[in-house]
Amino acid sequence: MTAHPQAILVFLGLVVVVTGGGFVASRLRTVDLSQLHEWGLAGRSFGTLVTWFLIGGDLYTAYTFLAVPALVFGTGATGFFAVPFSILEFPLLFIALPRLWSVARRRGYVTAADFVRGRFGSRHLALVVALTGMVATVPYIALQLLGMQMVFAALGIRSEWALPGVGVVPNVPLLAAFIVLAVYTYASGLRGSALIAVAKDLLIYVTVLAAVIVIPASMGGYAKVFAGVDSGGLLLAHGAAGNAGPGFAYVSLILGSLLAMFMYPHIVTGMLSARSGDVIRRNAMLLPAYSFALALIALLGYMAVSAQVKSMPEYAAGFRAFGNNFAVPALFLHAFPPWFAGVAFAAIAIGALVPAAIMAIACGNLFTRNVFKEFIAPDCSAALESRVAKIVSLCMKLGALLFVMELQSSYAIQLQLLGGIWICQTVPAVLIGLYTRFFHPNALLIGWAVGMLSGTWMAAQLDFRASVYALKLFGYTVPCYAALSALALNLAVCVALSLLCNAWSTGPRIDETLAEDYSG
Amino acid sequence: MSALPTPRRFKPVYLCLAVPYAALLCVPLYDRLRPALFGIPFFYWFQMLWSFLVPLVILPVYLYQRRSRQ
Repeated sequence: MTAHPQAILVFLGLVVVVTGGGFVASRLRTVDLSQLHEWGLAGRSFGTLVTWFLIGGDLYTAYTFLAVPALVFGTGATGFFAVPFSILEFPLLFIALPRLWSVARRRGYVTAADFVRGRFGSRHLALVVALTGMVATVPYIALQLLGMQMVFAALGIRSEWALPGVGVVPNVPLLAAFIVLAVYTYASGLRGSALIAVAKDLLIYVTVLAAVIVIPASMGGYAKVFAGVDSGGLLLAHGAAGNAGPGFAYVSLILGSLLAMFMYPHIVTGMLSARSGDVIRRNAMLLPAYSFALALIALLGYMAVSAQVKSMPEYAAGFRAFGNNFAVPALFLHAFPPWFAGVAFAAIAIGALVPAAIMAIACGNLFTRNVFKEFIAPDCSAALESRVAKIVSLCMKLGALLFVMELQSSYAIQLQLLGGIWICQTVPAVLIGLYTRFFHPNALLIGWAVGMLSGTWMAAQLDFRASVYALKLFGYTVPCYAALSALALNLAVCVALSLLCNAWSTGPRIDETLAEDYSG
Repeated sequence: MSALPTPRRFKPVYLCLAVPYAALLCVPLYDRLRPALFGIPFFYWFQMLWSFLVPLVILPVYLYQRRSRQ
């Protein structure tokens, strides 16, 4: 790919200023980062505005910005499901997350698995929740690095460099990005991420505004953009007789994704770092602004179709390497002047750093609290706890880096798809557990296993390429997001076995949380 | 549990929160091209519109909760 010197210069300048500034600013306040809740939850101190930026950076990752329009670019209306899903998660967030925040504050919980441990008194159930979260998150981090790799490729930055004394080193830009990510997560924890999140979101908003004004204007308005798209793909197709059709698949994708979202460790970490339950409630009203931006970004997919970037020879190599995910980078190079393409790509690359850091921090918290402290060193000091979390977060990032460098990028995408199905299986223990302890811990464990196995089986039937599996129910075909159908099975098992277990067992169940812990 | 939980009675104001789900999960309601807005087909702008309506349906519940906490 040809290099774009002007764009590269603007890109590098912005990345250095933002990450460097964030690093310096996070060191200005002296806090004791040898405490896990200081490093990993920023002392539960974030106000409304910082939380808004942090969760915004969390929910809408660099990969989202590339993958959502790519899905619209490739599949049309179905790809738009990300927009209603991101809107509908906020009423649920408003109701459920302040409860989790409140009980976590009262009982000193740092992770969702901590809550499960306290609520159901089962450390094995907590272990399962923690491991599911970690396994689902690593491919997510890998996709952020993949997003950066795409940006480097689009800018035409050479990936192989001959270093004196070492020889030719592949993936140099990615390694550089990895070192930046590792250093600032290790040194400043969640505070550093929050500061960079502010700059990242401002850059994203500038880019989105420019993109939705400049690009349609140059094409002659939105009507022209949509006229350039094959009208068959603009709506969800109607199902044949005996088939619930793509409309049902669309709804199942919305519901499954929205339940899974709050189970992801990085979202929980972001929420628990808020100063009060009210900060979360106010954010439920402020965060939908990002959904609107996401919708505008999703429409970039149609602009890329209409501009016919896929048939342009200069982007052929990019599409070959990254598939439809290259649609947005190609559109930016095609439609923006080089310097502004640099700004847009800086927004995406910094947009990858923020969630990748929070995800790694969240994994560090999970491992330390629910594996290390629970099973390996029960009476370790607070300082050791914090150090283990830092080292684990580093290992998680290294794992993600190896993933991207050694395996084909398609593996990361497939695993992330599986991760979404898996993380959804912790809904009964965590989300429903916030409201009732009717479920017996053993029933939850078996339900989880059934959900994991059936979900993985459905994804395997689809060769891990898609996640909508057509169920055959009484001669009727129901295309349903595998995460949701596996969760339904999981819940059925949980309810049935809980009825049995609760009837059989006589001893009292251990629940260290009190009713008043949940309202604060 | 040591303290008796206060009996929870359902408050109708919480129904506000169900409205966006009813609207956006009922796909046949909006799976159409017309009327378009600024050239954007109905399917798209209808769903985008809810990013502005969701804060408005949460607000009454937020105010209610705040009043009852005082």
